[in-house]
Amino acid sequence: MSNQTLLSISGLTVDYESVSPVRAVNGVSLDIHPGEIFGLAGESGCGKSTLAYAVTQLLQPPAVISAGSIEWTNADGSALDILKLGGSALRDFRWKEISMVFQGAMNALNPVTRIESQISDVFLDHDSGLSRKERRAASASLLQAVGIDPQRLRSYPHELSGGMRQRVMIAMALALRPRLIVMDEPTTALDVVVQRSILEEIDRLRDEFGFAVLFITHDLGLLLEISDQVGIMLEGSLVEQGTSRQLQDAPQHDYTQHLLRSFPSLRGDVPLTGRRYQAAKGTALS
Amino acid sequence: MTTLEALGLRKNYTVRGGLLGTTLKAVDDVSLVVRPGETVALVGESGSGKSTIAKMLIRLVEPTSGSILLDGQEIPSNRKGTRTYRSRVQMVFQDPFSSLNPAVTIRYHLSRPLRIHGIVKNKQEEEAELLRLMDSVNLAPAAAILDKYPHELSGGQRQRVAIARALAPRPEVLVADEPVSMLDVSIRLEILQLLNELKLERNLAVLYITHDLATARHFSSQIVVMRTGRVVERGPSDEVILKPVHPYTQLLVRAAPDPHSEAFVVDPDRYRNSPDVTISPNDPVVGADVASTHWARSWDDDPAVTRMLESLANSQPVS
Repeated sequence: MSNQTLLSISGLTVDYESVSPVRAVNGVSLDIHPGEIFGLAGESGCGKSTLAYAVTQLLQPPAVISAGSIEWTNADGSALDILKLGGSALRDFRWKEISMVFQGAMNALNPVTRIESQISDVFLDHDSGLSRKERRAASASLLQAVGIDPQRLRSYPHELSGGMRQRVMIAMALALRPRLIVMDEPTTALDVVVQRSILEEIDRLRDEFGFAVLFITHDLGLLLEISDQVGIMLEGSLVEQGTSRQLQDAPQHDYTQHLLRSFPSLRGDVPLTGRRYQAAKGTALS
Repeated sequence: MTTLEALGLRKNYTVRGGLLGTTLKAVDDVSLVVRPGETVALVGESGSGKSTIAKMLIRLVEPTSGSILLDGQEIPSNRKGTRTYRSRVQMVFQDPFSSLNPAVTIRYHLSRPLRIHGIVKNKQEEEAELLRLMDSVNLAPAAAILDKYPHELSGGQRQRVAIARALAPRPEVLVADEPVSMLDVSIRLEILQLLNELKLERNLAVLYITHDLATARHFSSQIVVMRTGRVVERGPSDEVILKPVHPYTQLLVRAAPDPHSEAFVVDPDRYRNSPDVTISPNDPVVGADVASTHWARSWDDDPAVTRMLESLANSQPVS
């Protein structure tokens, strides 16, 4: 791990310009370093997914990035402004540099085509110049990397369990060896045992491939366990950021303290509040 | 007040394919007792048979064998008996986004059970009862929310409506199948606390089905762990979580996120010889002391457990 940043977001602001405009992300700044897992936590509606979509320029109108910059450091050390990318440059950038594992990946696979064609689509689409045979071999080795029998290339998504489908999604995200993978609630719909095996898989793959992860979830307990850096979002703002240890031992913001008390500890005893968080200024969240 | 007893429940499904088809034992000889004012947690991975048990307990699925008793009595399975049964045993479903009908108002959802089970006699009574129900699940302003549609409510509010609907027939037993797993972590606790308060207020017997061990421990006095249709471990909540005996329970404890504690390492011998624990191949007979007994199924002849331990040995750090 070097000290150089991989992705640097500064002052990012995203508005949804509808009849009643909403500021979904409000002046968020954060840095992600190579090979690091950056966890972003917050309740539904706090803007964490919007932030993730902004990073890969996937936001659709009425969402507008109204301020801020997202800077990427290329492998050769040169800087790149992601927000200025467009057309084929953006197309080349996505997946090759940053790929994404979407929320509800259980349903993100096309139900009517085989796993093989969905994985080779990545290679076809990004014009990697591989032959049919090479694409098949590459797809098979990707499946192997995430712990699925390559025989499964012939399967349709419904023939796989939820955990296997999630692994297929991760395999696809790995296809072009990106340096950052954005994972938006990748394990939320899964069983705890399956979740644990996926998390261990992500960790192992990170060691093998050296990518960084922006990991988004509302499950703070999980996040604290797996992340190097953790950011807490509330109503569009990043209210606290620190290493996982710092946040656990000495949370500064009262919302972080509240979140930490909002899930029971399995084996320890942590006082619970169970109350809805009331921001200091008196605005109730719902 | 009512004790729910499920004795020797079995559910077999016939899977097509092969010459004769094969039998899938979704639930294989499970017995449970839930007493008034008590929460029993049923935990296990998806596919372990938890939800099949829930469905049998509210009579959506007919057990292949075994009996379900309320206060020691079997309720006939005819139309009238089933209606009586359902007025006494109600269910809260997992997903409040699909368990409420999007085309009708909250008022409709709550007034149907009141009418069907004859709780109210006229309009005035119905209105009063609706407001009482809304109040008991802390939904305010009640009058305004009653006329809303499910899509106008947040996930937490919807689950409160689902709980109010379950409470409408004034049940004595509540089966909650993963009642908070679809909700945001920050509001899970308040829904669970609501269920807990309602349990104490109404002396309900609650069966809490979940895969979240941490809340199972904190909101129930007894935990029953299931795997592939069978109970593998059962006992007082703290005992089961802090001293898990069966390797599968240990695997669940290891899998659960727990940033406040040291990583848990699966070691099948750890509590094996503890004097407080009974390990036997057969389920203990459900009796007076079953709630206080910490029991685990012996796993020596279970190839699945052997495989599980082998694959774990490769992945977990050496202790």
